[in-house]
Amino acid sequence: MSDQTVKEEILQVLQTVKDPELPTISIVELGMLEDVTVSSGVVNVTLLPTFSGCPALDLIENNVRSALVGLDGVKEVHVHFSFDPPWTTDRISPEGREQLKAFGIAPPPANHREGDPWVIECPYCGSDVVTMENLFGPTACRSILYCRSCRNPFEAMKPVARFDFEEK
Amino acid sequence: MTPEYKEVLTELLFQLADDDFIHAFRGSEWLGLAPHIEEDVAFSSINQDTMGHAVIYYKLLEDLGMGAADDLAHLRDASAFRNGVLLEFKNGSGEYLDSPQYDWAFTVVRHLFYDVYKKIKLEALKQSNYEPLANAARKILTEQTYHLMHWQTWFRQLMQSTEEARARMEQALLRCWEDMGGVLTYGQYGDEMTALGLIGSEEALKNTWLAEITKLFSEVDYKKPSDEPKMAHGNGRNGEHSADLDHALKILSEVYRSDSQASGW
Repeated sequence: MSDQTVKEEILQVLQTVKDPELPTISIVELGMLEDVTVSSGVVNVTLLPTFSGCPALDLIENNVRSALVGLDGVKEVHVHFSFDPPWTTDRISPEGREQLKAFGIAPPPANHREGDPWVIECPYCGSDVVTMENLFGPTACRSILYCRSCRNPFEAMKPVARFDFEEK
Repeated sequence: MTPEYKEVLTELLFQLADDDFIHAFRGSEWLGLAPHIEEDVAFSSINQDTMGHAVIYYKLLEDLGMGAADDLAHLRDASAFRNGVLLEFKNGSGEYLDSPQYDWAFTVVRHLFYDVYKKIKLEALKQSNYEPLANAARKILTEQTYHLMHWQTWFRQLMQSTEEARARMEQALLRCWEDMGGVLTYGQYGDEMTALGLIGSEEALKNTWLAEITKLFSEVDYKKPSDEPKMAHGNGRNGEHSADLDHALKILSEVYRSDSQASGW
């Protein structure tokens, strides 16, 4: 089996690896996958951590490895984390954004720049008449809000802007 | 990489790692004790994230051959730590498990002082000629904005709250001022750090910090002390520490020292 065929298979399989703390969304949809290389059956996967204190990183690494080990044509799997480029919320795919909503989490604005106002829409009813209850929610990347329209509590993923790309 | 460059880079990385590590540990001791439930959730997330920043720096040290990241965090003696002394002080009297009489005003001011400076320092580190460090700084900076917002909110609210709150905050401000100088210094290798292109000058960063803190003070009608921030309890960058660091290390490394296999998950 050619390395290219194996790589295509791997990309399919990685769609099934979910974020342990957001079980409806895959790491690919979340924009964590930066690179996959296959060379004579040796696979190197480069992932971008979302928030750096995220305790799920070890779990994600193990889940990626177990998903790929045993595939036809795969001899070794290496998972690396990189900060170059830093993960930003504009990496979340359109499907990923919909799945965040399905999980009760408002996705961050699609093309957020540092200093932009953070307009948050309730993932249930779409209203932007919401109040911030707590900037830091159950995980560092989420905040807790309350919708004044449909009267549901919900969470929102914090925007992380690509503010310093042009300097680099 | 020349031996001199590596030696100075290592010093800088230990300062960055130890600052975040010890600061996050003291923060984590508020778990279950914060003023209200929302703060408990928020502060835990912040501490976990800050601990993650320390991990990034310890990993950079590991990559330089200084030893395993976990060992660097858990097995060094206090004299090898390079954190500012202000960050190691206990949260108050008592122990976590025995009558903790922790000081929230001190915690808010210490976090505000440190996080204002951390953001300035990360901005400077983006320009570092050590590329892995510049990349780490870009990453951490995306999160630091949120940490800083959190402590600015507490600071503004408590400084403009009741008379008692204001009095406690002013007392905490004076106390933190006594040792903030130890956070603002780069220690004995400071000039080399700048000369080698690792980070902008200590003086420039300190002046930016003073300007930003003065601006925050004026928003809440507080006058900056006329003297410079001091290091009354020693210069942690040079390995001088208080007994509170021994206390912290004894607790945080207890499990790792007794069974290094027990700490993984």
